[in-house]
Amino acid sequence: MLAAIGVMVVLAVAIGLVLGWSAIRFRVEGNPLAEKIDAILPQTQCGQCGFPGCRPYAEAIAKGEADINQCPPGGEEGVKKLADLLGVEPKSLDETHGTPKPKSVAFIDERTCIGCTLCIQACPVDAISGAAKQMHTIIAAECTGCELCLPPCPVDCISMVPIAEDLPHWKYKHPVVMLKLVAETESA
Amino acid sequence: MSRELHRFKGGVHPPDHKAESNRRPVHAAPLPKKLVIPLRQHLGNPAKPVVEVGDPVKKGQMIAAADGYISAAVHASSSGVVTAIDLQPVPHISGLPDLCITIETDGRDEWIDHAPLDYLAVEPSQLRMQLRDMGLVGLGGAVFPTGVKLDPGATQQCPTLIINGGECEPWITCDDVLMRQHAGEVLEGVAIMRHLMGSTEILVGIEDNKPEAIAAMRAAAARLDFAVEVVVIPTLYPSGGAKQMTEILTGKQVPSGKRSTDIGLQVFNVGTAYALARAVHHGEPLISRLVTVTGHVLRPQNFEVLIGTPMHTLITLAGDRDGTTGVLMGGPMMGVPMPNLDVPVVKATNCILVKSKELFPPLPNALPCIRCTRCADACPAELQPQELFRFAKAGDFGRAQEYHLFDCIECGCCSYVCPSHIPLVDFYRYAKSEIWAHEKDKRASDLARERHEFRQFRLEREKKEKAEKLAAKAQAKRAELAAVPPAERAVPSDADAKKALIAAALARAQAKRSDAAPKNIDHLTPEQLHQIEEIEARRAKIRELARQPLESEEKNT
Ligand code: SF4
Ligand code: SF4
Ligand code: SF4
Ligand code: SF4
Repeated sequence: MLAAIGVMVVLAVAIGLVLGWSAIRFRVEGNPLAEKIDAILPQTQCGQCGFPGCRPYAEAIAKGEADINQCPPGGEEGVKKLADLLGVEPKSLDETHGTPKPKSVAFIDERTCIGCTLCIQACPVDAISGAAKQMHTIIAAECTGCELCLPPCPVDCISMVPIAEDLPHWKYKHPVVMLKLVAETESA
Repeated sequence: MSRELHRFKGGVHPPDHKAESNRRPVHAAPLPKKLVIPLRQHLGNPAKPVVEVGDPVKKGQMIAAADGYISAAVHASSSGVVTAIDLQPVPHISGLPDLCITIETDGRDEWIDHAPLDYLAVEPSQLRMQLRDMGLVGLGGAVFPTGVKLDPGATQQCPTLIINGGECEPWITCDDVLMRQHAGEVLEGVAIMRHLMGSTEILVGIEDNKPEAIAAMRAAAARLDFAVEVVVIPTLYPSGGAKQMTEILTGKQVPSGKRSTDIGLQVFNVGTAYALARAVHHGEPLISRLVTVTGHVLRPQNFEVLIGTPMHTLITLAGDRDGTTGVLMGGPMMGVPMPNLDVPVVKATNCILVKSKELFPPLPNALPCIRCTRCADACPAELQPQELFRFAKAGDFGRAQEYHLFDCIECGCCSYVCPSHIPLVDFYRYAKSEIWAHEKDKRASDLARERHEFRQFRLEREKKEKAEKLAAKAQAKRAELAAVPPAERAVPSDADAKKALIAAALARAQAKRSDAAPKNIDHLTPEQLHQIEEIEARRAKIRELARQPLESEEKNT
């Protein structure tokens, strides 16, 4: 009996030491959960979720301070992925934060632009190039479509242009026709 | 010549329908009034236009240059004038338009100056670049730039060269006809490939349903000064697939995710070899190809067609008939439906297959999968098509990839044997395109994250730099002031510095005030002087009072 207790105690101490040591030795820098959440967020950096960018929102979710359905650019699909990651029930997007829009890029009407640099300061990903009193241009490949440059422009020369579907962006559609046929034959 | 042949797993035997189109002689299709030449005819980056609207062009002139290493140039197929560079319908399943150069032909069909290349004298890497600039791409279906494929890689040699004369897909006969009529030139192309690849063993694989082509190739091979083995292989779809042909001839399998050069071999289509010979021995860029027009037409046959010729002119030429139910580019197994017939013939167009109800009865309604695994038995890539279908349908693309979705060659064997008539390949194409789109989005969001983080870092750095600059400026000012009254330099405490600053400012203000002497103080009466003195005394007292709290404050500190 005593021997058994002794063995258990020794085991408990040994395992405790190993665990304690590895907790220090193999410590992960940063917040791995926030990283994983951040990897799912669309990185539009638009702030519609109520946080100044995707990373702060990810950290808030990780801490349990924010709900998972506040990111409109991520859409329902994004909410579903977050729910999968966190092991919670997916819910519908919180419309108070906005609704998903088709993917767009900003476009500056270069005849109207007065070169005030206000949009450059607003852009979260430095996708606008230009200098004071010079016409500005959007680098379309880097624009996330966050719309943050629209309000500061004093002459309203920035507009959002939806990305048209062209050959390189085209996707095969889910072969729905056939699924309908299955449903028909099943009901018939 | 007996060589031990191997058999790949799976495969099917669809009726071959070759006899319809391979009996008639090859005609050159007439020159159309308008050529529409797409800039994206190959894998890799689309070509970049080098002509402008209104420019006259000659036959064989480069009108768009290759953009990067994996790309190919595009040439004018005939002489004329460039009338547009814009979006035009192209032979793509989506029906979406793409950038094309339109040439109004002048009927003279006038060649640009061109001369043969001395391929033995040119550095191989330079020759590959020249081939890219002559627009050479694989004509077997994948349209991969030939110059890139002709690079044996780091080992500098690729022992085995396989020339694919399989043409296993039903209805198509352009490779068959090419081998019958131009066996000599095909092998001239092979000689150039052999030179570039440093190959010692050359195998030409031809299915046994093309006896004339086999005879022609054997006769031509006998005239060569190096050994070419023409191997007859049993007819089985899809033995013309590059991986399947490799396995039949050598027994080797290209491992998943590897290239064939990694196991010391490379596969080229016979059409590619012919185009290579035309390019090197005649200096002709790739501006035409053989196209089989067959199916529901009066005179199924092969045409020599200029790239950019509208498809409907070829169907008219072969005799269009009533009751057409659609047109495929390619064969019945792997072909893609054409959204409309104004689309041009491109480098990838091996066949235009006109469908009718009799030849291609519509598939019965699809039924649910009964998991009979007939598809798995037929799959030449040794996949589990029923599982891939299940995951693709459910949108579980991660699992589909685990089941090697990207090893699927979209051969259509699985759909062909499926008793439930499920269009399985459509699901694989859908899943693949979803995965590619996801990857693209992921790359875009990674880029955005990086740029955002860099911006945060930049703003932070700018703030710090600004603060540092201000601090340095203040320090410099202080030092300057401290230099003026030497007594105070001994105790350069912060409070002293502040006091000195204030004192200096006061002194400056005073100086200014005394500079601006009031003009109405000359010639004053004694009374006025007295009044002024009184006022000054009052002011001095007030100043005294005002200074006191300041001093007490200083005592506190
Ligand atoms: S709402 Fe905007 S800032 Fe917030 S997580 Fe979504 S994309 Fe990022
Ligand atoms: S250009 Fe405008 S819309 Fe585009 S990322 Fe910058 S701020 Fe957002
Ligand atoms: S052949 Fe068709 S029904 Fe049979 S397992 Fe494959 S997909 Fe299912
Ligand atoms: S289409 Fe793909 S899954 Fe179907 S048989 Fe061919 S390789 Fe296999």
